[in-house]
Amino acid sequence: MYDIAIIGAGVIGALTARELSRYDLRVVLVDRLNDVGAGTTRANSAIVHAGFDAPVGSLKAKYNVAGTAAMPALCEQLHVPYQNTGSVVLAFDDADRATLDELKARGEQNGVPGLEVLEGDALFAKEPNANPICTGALWAPTAGIVCPYELAIAGAECAVRNGVEFVREFAVKAIDFTDEQFTLKADDGRSICAKTVINAAGVHADEIARMIGDDSFSITPVKGEYLLLDKTQQGVVNTVVFQCPSPMGKGILVSPTVHGNVLVGPNAEQVDCRLSLTTTAAALQEVQHAAKRSLPDYQIRDTITSFAGLRARCDRHDFVIEPSAVNPQFIHAGGIESPGLSAAPAIAVALADMAVCDAAKKEDWNPGRAKPVRVHELSHDDYAALVKEQPAYGRIICRCETISEGEILHAIHSPAGARDVDGVKRRTRSGMGRCQGGFCGTKLLEIIAHELNMPIENVTKSGGNSQVLLGRTK
Amino acid sequence: MNYDVIVIGGGPAGMAAALQAQENGATRVLILERDTFLGGILMQCIHTGFGLHYFKEELSGPEFAHRFIEKIEANPAIEVKLDTMVLDIQSGEPHSIIAVNKADGLMQLSAKSIVLAMGCRERPRGALNIAGARPAGVLSAGTAQKYVNMDGYLPGREVVILGSGDIGLIMARRMTFEGAKVKMVCELMPYSGGLTRNIVQCLNDFDIPLKLSTTVVDIHGGDRVTGVTIAQVDDNRRPIPGTEEHVPCDLLLLSVGLIPENELSRAAGLAIDPITGGALVNEACETEIPGIYACGNVLHVHDLVDYVALEAEVAGAAAAQFAMRNSQCATGDYVATRGENGVRYVVPQRVNKQADAPITLYFRVGQVYANASVQVRAGDKILAKERRARITPGEMEHLMVKPEQLADCNELVVEVVA
Amino acid sequence: MMELNMVCVACPMGCQLTAQIEGDELINVTGQNCGRGVAYARAEVANPARGFHSTLRVLGGDLPMVSVKTAQPVPKHSLMDCAAATRGITANAPIAVGDVLLRDIAGTGVDLVATTRVAAHG
Repeated sequence: MYDIAIIGAGVIGALTARELSRYDLRVVLVDRLNDVGAGTTRANSAIVHAGFDAPVGSLKAKYNVAGTAAMPALCEQLHVPYQNTGSVVLAFDDADRATLDELKARGEQNGVPGLEVLEGDALFAKEPNANPICTGALWAPTAGIVCPYELAIAGAECAVRNGVEFVREFAVKAIDFTDEQFTLKADDGRSICAKTVINAAGVHADEIARMIGDDSFSITPVKGEYLLLDKTQQGVVNTVVFQCPSPMGKGILVSPTVHGNVLVGPNAEQVDCRLSLTTTAAALQEVQHAAKRSLPDYQIRDTITSFAGLRARCDRHDFVIEPSAVNPQFIHAGGIESPGLSAAPAIAVALADMAVCDAAKKEDWNPGRAKPVRVHELSHDDYAALVKEQPAYGRIICRCETISEGEILHAIHSPAGARDVDGVKRRTRSGMGRCQGGFCGTKLLEIIAHELNMPIENVTKSGGNSQVLLGRTK
Repeated sequence: MNYDVIVIGGGPAGMAAALQAQENGATRVLILERDTFLGGILMQCIHTGFGLHYFKEELSGPEFAHRFIEKIEANPAIEVKLDTMVLDIQSGEPHSIIAVNKADGLMQLSAKSIVLAMGCRERPRGALNIAGARPAGVLSAGTAQKYVNMDGYLPGREVVILGSGDIGLIMARRMTFEGAKVKMVCELMPYSGGLTRNIVQCLNDFDIPLKLSTTVVDIHGGDRVTGVTIAQVDDNRRPIPGTEEHVPCDLLLLSVGLIPENELSRAAGLAIDPITGGALVNEACETEIPGIYACGNVLHVHDLVDYVALEAEVAGAAAAQFAMRNSQCATGDYVATRGENGVRYVVPQRVNKQADAPITLYFRVGQVYANASVQVRAGDKILAKERRARITPGEMEHLMVKPEQLADCNELVVEVVA
Repeated sequence: MMELNMVCVACPMGCQLTAQIEGDELINVTGQNCGRGVAYARAEVANPARGFHSTLRVLGGDLPMVSVKTAQPVPKHSLMDCAAATRGITANAPIAVGDVLLRDIAGTGVDLVATTRVAAHG
C-alpha cells in the first residue's frame, strides 16, 4: 500500500517522484517499459524553450517560463548536461518578419526575459551559417539544450535514493477504486495499491484517465522524425535555430546537442498508433530539406542515425495539470507535448503540491545524485588517479565515445539503474557513436549478463522480448 | 616510457609492421591493441581464403593471424599491450601517445615513429537511414560474425542480408551452417561488392538468391524484427514504387561498406582523403607528419589481407628507418598520383622520385569492366600497363612503377583503358 | 558437347571459366590464370568439392569456441552433413592450431582440424 503511485517514468513522472521524495510518503513510480525515460522523453528535440511560443495565459506559458528558469539549477544539482545556448527564430520573408514581432510581444507578456529581434550582422554573428537570405531573427537568451532522458534518469535516481520505489514493465491495464484507494492492475497480473495516483502516462494519459471513467481530454499522438549528425558537424550551429512556427508545431529546428552532435528535425505527422516509432524515408527527406533552408551548408551525409518520437497532442490545446473531476485523488499530467521538457521542473513541483496534502518533509532528503564519471572529460592527472583506484575505468568498452567499463558498471548499479542495452546506452552513451554499437555490442552484452547475473541470451535491447541473441549456436 | 616504434593496432597490419620494424633495426617496438587478443578481425574470419599471395597457401583468418602472433611472441624486441586504448596522439619529436588500460592505468608513451594500423569499422544502419522501426535484430554483418564465430551465439534464425560485401556473403554461408535460413542477399548496386568466388561458394552453393538493384526500404517489428520490405531501385538507386515485397525474418544483417577508423589520425592532425577515408601517404606509407605512418585498412579498405600485410611491411620498415635516423626526408622530390577514367582513388597519393625500391600503386575502380587494361600514365608516357579479364569495384587492383621512370614526371595518372 | 560457365573458387581471383563437357568428361577449359583452374573445372564436373569451416564448443578453455576447418575439401553435397556433425560435440582445451578435433567428419574420410589455439582455462 503506497501513499502515491505515479504512472509513467518519463521526465514528468521522474521529476515528480523526486519532488515527492522530499516528503515522508510511500511513493511508487511505475512504467510500462524497462527503464526510466524510454518513451517520449527519449526522443524529442532536447530543447529548453524560452517560452515565447505558448498562448498568453495558458498553462504551457506558465510552466514553460517557470520550468526554464528552474532548469539550470536543477541540472547542476542532478549533474545533467545542460547548456544555455539561447535560441533564434529565423525569418525568411516579410510574413516571417511580422511573425517575429508577434512572438516577441507574446513572449514578453508570458514573462520571457531578454527577447530581441536581430538583423544583419547581429544575426549572422549569432549564427554565421544561417541562410544568407534571412531578414531577421528573434533572439531568446534564456533558451538552451539539455539531455532529456538523462534528466529523467537523474530524477528517478535521486527519487529512488530517497526511498521511492521504481517498478519496471508494469503496463497498467485497469484501475479500481474501493475503500478510498486505487488498485493499479498490470497486464501480467501484478497489482499496486495507492491512495493517490498521478497520471503522467504521456501519449497514454487519456487511456489511463478513462480507466477511472474520466474522458475529459483525449490525446492524438503526433510523430516527429529526427536526424542525428556526427560530431564532425559540431560548430555548424551555435544556438537552437527555429523557423517560424506553423499550426502543426514549432517547425524544423537545427540544434547542437549537449553531447556535441547536431540534431535536425522534427516533422509532424498525426498517427493512429501510440507505440509506432517507425521512421519513413519521405519524412526524413522532408526534415533534411527543411533544415537546409535554415543552414544551407550542413552535411546530410554525416548523419549517424535517425529516430522518431511521439508528442502527446491534447484536444484541449494545453497541458492538463489538475485533479480529475471524477476523483480528486487522481491527478492528471496530460497533454505534455512541447514545451513539456522545458516545463517539467515546474510541473513536477505543481503536481507534488497537489498530491502531498499535509505530509511532513524528510530531514535527510538528498536533492542530488552521485555524479557519473565521464572519463573522456577528465584531465590526465585525474584520470590516472581514478584508474589507480578503480581499474575498471581504465578499460575502454565503447571506442567511439570513449566509455569505460567503470562507467557501464555505475550505470547498471545506480539506483533505478540500467537493465538492458539501450538503458546503458542512455546513461553512458556507449554505442551512441559512429559505429552505433558495432564493436562494443558484444562486450556490453557480456557485462550486463555478468552484472545482473543472467544468461547472455536473456539480455535485451530494450526490455520485453527484444533479446539480442536467440541462443547458442551449438 | 620511450620506444623506437609504437604500432597502434594488433591486427594483421599492426603485427606485420611491428615485425618488419624490428627486422629493420628498431630495438624497442610496442604494439597497442584495444582488444584482448592479437589478430584483430581475422580472428572472427574463420573461413579460408587468406594467405594465397603471402604464404602461397590457403589459410583461415585465425591461421593467418597465428603465423604472425607466434613470431611476435617469440620476439623479445616487440612488446604487446592488450586491452589497451589509445586516447590521443600528439605529434612532435618524439611523438607522444596517451593510452590507458586496467593494469597500467593511464600511460604517456613516447615514440620516434608511429605506425597507425587501427583497421576499419562497418557502416552502421544510421548511415543508411533505412526507414522503419528500431527493434532488436538489426546488426552489422561483422558484429554477427563475432557473436556466431567467437562467442557461439545465434543472433537470428531467419535472415535477410542487405549488402553483398564479402562479410555479408560469408555470413550467409556461416548462418546457413549454424542452422539459420538465409532468405536472400539484397544489393543496392547492379553488381556485387564482394569477390565472385564468394558469390559462388557462399550463395549459389546453398541456393541463396542474390537480388541486385534491390534494397530494404522498411524494417518491421516491435521488440524484435519480424520482417523487412524490399524494393527494386532505378538507375539512380531510388526505390521503384510498386516493386515492394514483404519478407518475414527475425534478423537483418547489414554489409554495406567499411570505413577506415581514423579518429586518432584526425586527433593527430592528419588530413583525411575524402575518397579512401584514410590519411594521405607516400610510397613508404608515411603520412604528412614525418614519422607517422599508416597501413592496412585504416589507410584504405583492402580486399585481401595479403596486401594488408605487404603494405604494412613497407610501413614498418620505413618507420624503423625513420626511428633509427637514416630515414628518407619527408621533403623529397614528390610526384602526385591521381585516378582518372574509372579509377576512384590511388594509394599512395604521392611518390618520391628518389625512392629506392619499386613502388606499388593500389587503386579501385568505380564500376565493372570486362576485358580492359589498367595503366599508369605520366603525360603521354605509359609507365605500366596490364590487361585484365575483369575489373570490379570489390577488388583492389595494383600496378608497379620504378623510381627511375619518374624522373621527368609531374603527375602519375592511373586509369582504365579499353 | 556442352559448354558450362563457372567461376573458379580455388583462390580469390575468381577466374571465369568455360568448360567444354562431353557426358561427364571434361574436354577443355578456358579462362583460367593458373593450373588450378583446370583441376577445379575437372572436379566441378565430376565431383564438386568445397572446404568446410565452422566452430566447435570448447570445454575448459579460455575461449568458448574454437574455429575449425576440414583438412581437405569435402564433397559439396556433404557440407550440410558436416555442419550437423559440429553440433552436439565439444573439444577439450588446450587446443593447438592443426589439432584433429573430429576424425572422418560426416563419413567423408576427411578430418576436422582446429584453426585457433585455445589455452586451458586457469
